[in-house]
Amino acid sequence: MRLAYWMYAGPAHIGTLRVASSFKNVHAIMHAPLGDDYFNVMRSMLERERDFAPVTASIVDRHVLARGSREKVVDNILRKEKEERPDLIILTPTCTSSILQEDLQNFANRASRISDSNVIFANVDHYQVNELQAADRTLEQVVQYYLDRFHGQETLDQSLTDVPSANIIGIFTLGFHSQHDCRELRRLLRDLDIKINQVIPEGGSIKDLKNLPKAWFNLVPYREVGLMTAMYLEKKFGMPYVSTTPMGFVDMAECIQQIQRNVNTLASISSNKRVDYEPYIDEQTRFVSRAAWFSRSIDCQNLTGKETVVFGDATHAALITKMLTREMGIHVSCAGTYCKHDAEWFKEQIQGFCDKILITDDHAEVGDMIARVEPSAIFGTQMERHIGKRLDIPCGVISSPVHIQNFPLGYRPFLGYEGTNQIADLVYNSFALGMEDHLLDLFGGHDTKEIMTRSLSTGIGLIWDPESRLELNKIPHFVRNKVKRKIERFAQQKGIVNITVEVMCAAREVLST
Amino acid sequence: MSVEISETLTFECETGNYHTFCPISCVSWLYQKIEDSFFLVIGTKTCGYFLQNTLGVMIFAEPRYAMAELEEGDISAQLNDYEELKRLCIRIKKDRNPNVIIWIGTCTTEIIKMDLEGMAPKLEYEIGIPIVVARANGLDYASTQGEDTVLAAMAHRCLEQESFVRERNGTIQELVEYGDHPPLTLFGSLPSNVASQLNLELRRQSVKVSGWLPAHRYTHLPSLGDGVYVCGVNPFLGRTATTLVRRERCRLIGAPFPIGPDGTRAWIEKICPVFDIETQGLEEREKRTWESLKDYISLVRGKSVFFMGDNLLEVSLARFLIRCGMIVYEIGIPYMDKRYQAAELALLRDTCIKMCVPIPRIVEKPDNYNQIRRMRELQPDLVITGMAHADPLEARGMNTKWSVEFTFAQIHGFANARNVLELVTRPLRRNDDLEDLGRTRKDRVKINCKLGSIL
Repeated sequence: MRLAYWMYAGPAHIGTLRVASSFKNVHAIMHAPLGDDYFNVMRSMLERERDFAPVTASIVDRHVLARGSREKVVDNILRKEKEERPDLIILTPTCTSSILQEDLQNFANRASRISDSNVIFANVDHYQVNELQAADRTLEQVVQYYLDRFHGQETLDQSLTDVPSANIIGIFTLGFHSQHDCRELRRLLRDLDIKINQVIPEGGSIKDLKNLPKAWFNLVPYREVGLMTAMYLEKKFGMPYVSTTPMGFVDMAECIQQIQRNVNTLASISSNKRVDYEPYIDEQTRFVSRAAWFSRSIDCQNLTGKETVVFGDATHAALITKMLTREMGIHVSCAGTYCKHDAEWFKEQIQGFCDKILITDDHAEVGDMIARVEPSAIFGTQMERHIGKRLDIPCGVISSPVHIQNFPLGYRPFLGYEGTNQIADLVYNSFALGMEDHLLDLFGGHDTKEIMTRSLSTGIGLIWDPESRLELNKIPHFVRNKVKRKIERFAQQKGIVNITVEVMCAAREVLST
Repeated sequence: MSVEISETLTFECETGNYHTFCPISCVSWLYQKIEDSFFLVIGTKTCGYFLQNTLGVMIFAEPRYAMAELEEGDISAQLNDYEELKRLCIRIKKDRNPNVIIWIGTCTTEIIKMDLEGMAPKLEYEIGIPIVVARANGLDYASTQGEDTVLAAMAHRCLEQESFVRERNGTIQELVEYGDHPPLTLFGSLPSNVASQLNLELRRQSVKVSGWLPAHRYTHLPSLGDGVYVCGVNPFLGRTATTLVRRERCRLIGAPFPIGPDGTRAWIEKICPVFDIETQGLEEREKRTWESLKDYISLVRGKSVFFMGDNLLEVSLARFLIRCGMIVYEIGIPYMDKRYQAAELALLRDTCIKMCVPIPRIVEKPDNYNQIRRMRELQPDLVITGMAHADPLEARGMNTKWSVEFTFAQIHGFANARNVLELVTRPLRRNDDLEDLGRTRKDRVKINCKLGSIL
């Protein structure tokens, strides 16, 4: 048992559901008790989705506990098949089903024999993997399921497209700015004259999966999800993949150079012309992206050597750390990730870019570290933003887990050249605000403050009896003064001197209408 | 009474495939209500992630609740439950020093049959803090019923009513003000100012409220026992009511719930006769409240509502809205305790007769999929629904209101009737405001097609 107030990565089934609901016409059925379908709430609230989340539960209740699910799961699968006609139904286990040890695989097999939809059982264990690992596995499982089928039937067309093309793997729902990143990656590949073969799972169709091997290579933008699929495709079909995240100039260049190598290798075979992306990289870096100039500008000079702390998922934390140090001259005192399962990669990536490395999924440990370091700014998740608030340190949010404000309507990629602009803004604004705060501190705050409070005080000559004072203290402090003023105004109007609980209630009734 | 009702009200039961919050969500308002408590939810990452995502901002304000997250070793019994819980509770005692620790049992503790009720007294003795056990799990309960399980468990911790006589003597002033009647305890967690408002409402009728379950501190729990009258303020407290009657030998006053001016008046009118008190000025007070609601009522009159059902407040809200002149098509509800809600159901029936509208169907354990089909036929003006369905329904041209807001808003008593209508009319007002923007206007024909493609 462990005492936990907060967690960075969710339970495994959330990962599976994220993959399932990103594909078109795929339905997930969870084997779960009532109330475990809050994934639907997250999707509808955070992503502001217009469609019903394609997720339902086959409810585990007392009867199931006593007698087993029996026909229930199969019936629910068949019912959903009739109602929605999905291409694929993914039977999703939860923490509950993993203790009940029902043979869900067997249910899936039985249902798939009767159903027109394909049915698979997501092979993820609640107690072994977290949300991100589960998403990675489920995506691989779905891709493998379809490719193996077509491969077995020998209907798989493995011929490459005529022009260079790529699959983007790992864009999916509830990802941190991943919709915007996806658009930016499409633009990047278009600039490089590379056709997009497929984007999975977001918006992808199961029926098109058989065409995955037609692409020249795979691009895996995030470390957390998609790598297993890319490795499978490499092993099975010899498809190369590029897994350098195109975030920040240096890694952008590295990523594009890798793409170039892959394209040229295949171009020489299919006698296409060789490509040279170096002029593109140079032009983008020096002239198109404004961030490169920004980091040379005098403004950014002021950030030199400022101390920061970075924390987030492996991809974002590593890349932001490198960007801050290498591209902006900011000092990263400590960088960390909650992706414990990927600690080796993370350490290797940021070796030499920060003083200390922290691998933990305990937010208290992160909080303690931040309190010790006392950086001028934090770059982390929503949790670090709140830690920052408590310690009066500004924070830029750079990674999941996030709140609704991190699903902006405007265009805010983190990847690509536009991404470098966005990140530069984020970094600069975090620090600038911190500076402003210090100046305010130095000069004792906004000078209008006192005048404002004086003019707002009305309660002269009024007496609050002990009971009503107690009552007043029950009102949340951030509205207390407002309520107090209103009640006092009410009392003065009525010519009441002694404020009692009854007066308070009467005032509330009048004021609320 | 319930026999009589069932002749006129019809209850249906569907498949139970509906969306609701897990009952552990009750910790979010209970930890704030009971100021010296600490809630320990003994469950998995799934429970923790639910609390974290649905309670959002509250998580960061150093809440007085936490997860005891079960790991593989706990499930396979490699670790000793008792020792593990002891370790965590000692840490909680050290860090927060609460006056009570409430263990919330979850689905997982049910399935692995962790004997929380057995361990609690032993640990309580060992560490010197009361430990109350509530099984608020998704196998048995829905959303607000979580509070019911906590209050039922807490009822056992209330003192026997020994000081009955002494308290009754009270001060002379109190005797003058209240008259002399047996103690009355109200149950149900309400924000303290709403509780004060209800206290005051009863004080006006010379009825003294001797205590609340829960009080704002665990150390202030009311005393119960023979001769104590109890009355509920929320419709989802059936278990607590049963416990108070059977185990604590209290006398239950069955009344409609004080939601809306009609409900509040009926609630007081059920309580007063029990103490041989004639109500005074209630009719006038109700009338005045209705008058102050005029502007809102003109907005809702004649409009139709559909309750998908997820928090058990549905019958009381529907009854109030019918009295406001709305037409209710369907009252979905997770669970219907016909005995505990008898008076409320009777008032619903009477209200329908009075307002000359057909009695709505009450659907227990609804099936959301079927409900959406029915909505497509009925095209209600307003759907009161959980968060999972709200945006998709809005996108299909329905006006929706999140049902969970009714759980958190102040809706009890005369003074707060306005809040209910504020919530109910908000989508109508907002969508009226946006009506002129052609691009966001709702097109009923289109909705049908779109829903069709979904179903």
